[in-house]
Amino acid sequence: MGSLFDFMLPELKSPMTGATTDALMGFIHIVSFIILAGVTVAMIYFAIKYRRRSDDDKTPLITHNNKLEITWSVIPLLLVFIVFGWGYKGWLNLKSVPDNAYEIQVSAYKWGWTFSYENGAQVGNEVHVPAGQPVKLVMRSEDVIHSFFVPDYRIKQDVLPNRYTYVWFQAEEAGESQVFCTEYCGTSHSDMLAKVIVHTPEDFENWLSEQSSGGGGTPAERGENLITLQGCVTCHSVDGSQKIGPSFQGLYGREETMSDGSTITADENYIRESILDPGAKIVEGYQNQMVSYEGRLSDDDISDIIEYIKTLEE
Amino acid sequence: MANHSTTQTAHVQHHFVDGDQQFDTAKLGMWVFLVNEILFFGGLFMAYIVYRAWYPELFTEAALELNTFWGAVNTIVLIGSSLTVAMAIRSAQKNQTKGLKINLLITIGLAIVFMVIKGFEYSHKFHLGIFPGQFYSYEGLQHAQAPIFFSIYYMMTGIHALHVIIGIGLMMWIYVRARRGEFGSDYYTPVEMTGLYWHLVDLIWIFLFPLLYLIE
Amino acid sequence: MATAEASPSGNMKTLQVKRYKPSENPKKTYLTEEKGLWSWLTTVDHKKIGLMYLGSVTFFFLLGGALALLLRTELLTPAKTFIEADTYNQFFTLHGAIMVFFVLVPSIPAALGNFILPMQLGAKDVAFPKLNLTSFYIYVIGAVFTFIALANNGLDTGWTFYTPYSTDSTSSVIWVTLGVFILGFSSILTGTNFIATIHKMRAPGITWGKLPLNLWALYATSIIQILATPVLAITLLLLTMERVLGMGIFDASMGGDPILFQHFFWFYSHPAVYIMIVPGFGIISEVITTFSKKHIFGYWAIALSSLAIAFIGFLVWGHHMFTSGQSGVATTIFSFLTFLVGIPTGIKILNWVATLYKGSIEMKTPMIYVFIFLFLFSIGGFTGIMLGSLAADIHLHDTYYVVAHFHYVMMGGTLIALLAGIHYWWPKMTGKMYNEFQAKIGAALIFIGFNMTFLPQFIMGSQGMPRRYYNYIDQFTIFHQTSTLGSYILGVGFLLIAWYLFRSLMSGEKAPSNPWGSRGLEWQATSPPDLHNFDHTPVVIHGPYDYHKPMEEFQLGLANSHNGHGHAEDIDVEKVSAH
Repeated sequence: MGSLFDFMLPELKSPMTGATTDALMGFIHIVSFIILAGVTVAMIYFAIKYRRRSDDDKTPLITHNNKLEITWSVIPLLLVFIVFGWGYKGWLNLKSVPDNAYEIQVSAYKWGWTFSYENGAQVGNEVHVPAGQPVKLVMRSEDVIHSFFVPDYRIKQDVLPNRYTYVWFQAEEAGESQVFCTEYCGTSHSDMLAKVIVHTPEDFENWLSEQSSGGGGTPAERGENLITLQGCVTCHSVDGSQKIGPSFQGLYGREETMSDGSTITADENYIRESILDPGAKIVEGYQNQMVSYEGRLSDDDISDIIEYIKTLEE
Repeated sequence: MANHSTTQTAHVQHHFVDGDQQFDTAKLGMWVFLVNEILFFGGLFMAYIVYRAWYPELFTEAALELNTFWGAVNTIVLIGSSLTVAMAIRSAQKNQTKGLKINLLITIGLAIVFMVIKGFEYSHKFHLGIFPGQFYSYEGLQHAQAPIFFSIYYMMTGIHALHVIIGIGLMMWIYVRARRGEFGSDYYTPVEMTGLYWHLVDLIWIFLFPLLYLIE
Repeated sequence: MATAEASPSGNMKTLQVKRYKPSENPKKTYLTEEKGLWSWLTTVDHKKIGLMYLGSVTFFFLLGGALALLLRTELLTPAKTFIEADTYNQFFTLHGAIMVFFVLVPSIPAALGNFILPMQLGAKDVAFPKLNLTSFYIYVIGAVFTFIALANNGLDTGWTFYTPYSTDSTSSVIWVTLGVFILGFSSILTGTNFIATIHKMRAPGITWGKLPLNLWALYATSIIQILATPVLAITLLLLTMERVLGMGIFDASMGGDPILFQHFFWFYSHPAVYIMIVPGFGIISEVITTFSKKHIFGYWAIALSSLAIAFIGFLVWGHHMFTSGQSGVATTIFSFLTFLVGIPTGIKILNWVATLYKGSIEMKTPMIYVFIFLFLFSIGGFTGIMLGSLAADIHLHDTYYVVAHFHYVMMGGTLIALLAGIHYWWPKMTGKMYNEFQAKIGAALIFIGFNMTFLPQFIMGSQGMPRRYYNYIDQFTIFHQTSTLGSYILGVGFLLIAWYLFRSLMSGEKAPSNPWGSRGLEWQATSPPDLHNFDHTPVVIHGPYDYHKPMEEFQLGLANSHNGHGHAEDIDVEKVSAH
């Protein structure tokens, strides 16, 4: 019945969470459309039929009509009760995570997402999930409030500092879906995107074991992996292009002018300090926007990142 | 042009029909304003309730740091000043300008006593290092959320103290007008309005005292 | 001029009434009585204060509107078009803050309300004229604080000031919160003034049942202003202290709770939505009866539904927080109550449409705006039902669907009602007529531009486009571009309105005292009115919507000598009207 308004919604890829939402939205749209059309037609019809013919037009005294008024109070009341109950049912479903859900830890920060798996694997701005199985995301924020939104699944949940919130879905087929941050969080709020990548269960197992055996490679390779994972690339480009922070390309050994006028040659210690205490020295022309990565990156991680930055020559 | 009414006197503003209407209107306006004041403090009481529910043990411990004796003295001082301000209104209604002036002066005096005691309480706490929020440096009460309790304490008593200071100013203004002989049984609206305001200030303190000082 | 005397009966007070024609009013008006800038700045006349508010609100509307056009222009392309992300964030914050706090909240009550309220009551002024002027200056001071913030780092938190973002932000949050804090007092004092005025300053004969619906609406609005605004004040004070002293009340790492801020904020800001829209309802009731020459259908239903909205409106703030992580019980209750507040609103719409039935309808510009209002506001209401239902809101929250919804309600509702009101009372306020043809073109441009701007936003929001996005993914481009084009049409529409209203001031035709044939009390005075509105306290015999009675009966009755002040029991209205 709601198919008239289907064009408004993206294709539903998690019927377990979204089917009620879609049906409810279709219902509200249709009922609203009918009432709106009725009101509009009545208005226009009255305006034409009872248009002023002379300045002495006599109008009847109609002060009220109890029957009519009760009717048009009670019918909408019943309609909104239906809508309330329906919405409540859908919402309960969104809050009730199935027991067999696969759990993934999510950490949101300005401006990116990190997804951690039970075997220690970590991925930045991509969450890989198996098809046909419920997935539960347990989420927390490193800084301000963010919100995790997947239109294709009709799910959304704010992500808060110092508290866990959760959301679940079940993608039925392999494919990709867009993730948005929907709680305003500053400069690059609109770039705080991620992808849900749905694999068939076998592919997912393969992918996961690859990830856990990962972590190897050279320090520079690990560093490259880390700057994607930790979202450094949201603000620092690796190709020299201008973003919120200075580009990593050619950074190592570069002479930078600071906002207080002094100059500094970017060496290991400067880069380390900038990661742990970003506000200590600000390059001229940039704002102090970065949060400290203390506690999020180990000393080894920082060394790996520095090794990677060294490889990025101009 | 027709005249409006019979009781047209100097203190009735042009847009009122008579003194009664002016008085009724002023009184209603004042009550509406007091409702708004209660809502204003209501926001703070709400914050108090929420945090007391979350950290009940903190509130019990922190209340011990407040001086119940001086808090009680201040309560009596304010209740006394409510009485004298009521007597001031009564004097105005009975055309007793002298009584009005004396009662106003006593009220102002009591309000100043309240502020002095409050000042000693604050300076004692500052001395100990009990500052609000991030400036809290008191060693005697080590509770992770202690700064929140004292933030609420300072906000509530501070805004209340601001109201006391405004009240002192208002009563001084009324006193000056009373000396000029502006008030009598036919016109005492400003005296009554200030009195209403002062009762509210008193009432809020009567809530603040047990909520902050007397937690067990 | 006939002189009548109502015979005393029992305890009834004697009342001498003479008939009075508007044309017999003295020719001196409130605009000519005192002249010069100083007389405006120091005036305690509610009419001049109303006009000063109208001027300020117009200024801020143009400022906020210009920001909106810049935002829409930036959104022409998915990536950067011409401004930086930080600038964009500041622009949408300021657009929201200016439009909410400086335009919508004061627009109808403080500007039109100030002008019309005492006139509809037959009073010479509001209850506390000096306080009224003080309110205006408090508004100005609040504005100055906001401009200081603008000149000094701006503001990038969104108009909602959510913590912890607003406690960490490097922009000048404190200046703006203080500005809005101060502004709140202006709103509180206006509300206090209106309540006292409506209770105590009604002319003889205006019983609660003869109170124009515009005043019922303003009365309900004032109640919300009194009860909600102080909570906003304390919230902003807490936020300021949080930044200055690091109090930790809203800081999760210190044991506080950022969601508590959202509760505090919406406890004001949801009722504030009704502060903005309810006065609009009042205007619609006045205009629709005047131009259909018909008694309002369901007077009490409309009057009491305003009060119902005011009270239920206090219990629904949590519907802004369905995805925030508040408790499930709270979420359920807030959703349920939200639907209850929708019912009185729906009743009003149907009552207005029913008023048209068997009327004598004339489509003058104010009436066109009423039709536009009914259409747009209905869409706003239905999408509100959508957003109130839990499952749908989870999907739609913080997307462009919400943006479109509140623009349909706030702009399609409040602002269109304001335009209806301005066009309706313009002859009364200025004594000049405007060009009817140009006004109709303007209304058409507004209607087309508005729908073109905001209809596509429903679709893209539903498809997942989040709000407050500087960049967006390519699939939304076509919707954004249509929307931007629509906003330009809207801009042209507003410029046209500004142009012909300005022309009308300069060289408009002189307005008669009652150009629309309204039965409202304010129309029985001259255009523009005398300094003290009626010069004599009028006696009101007929209701404001008694269109079934001939116009001649609506000449004012003047109380020659009486001692009452508007209490219904003082006057034997039957005896007076029987004469």
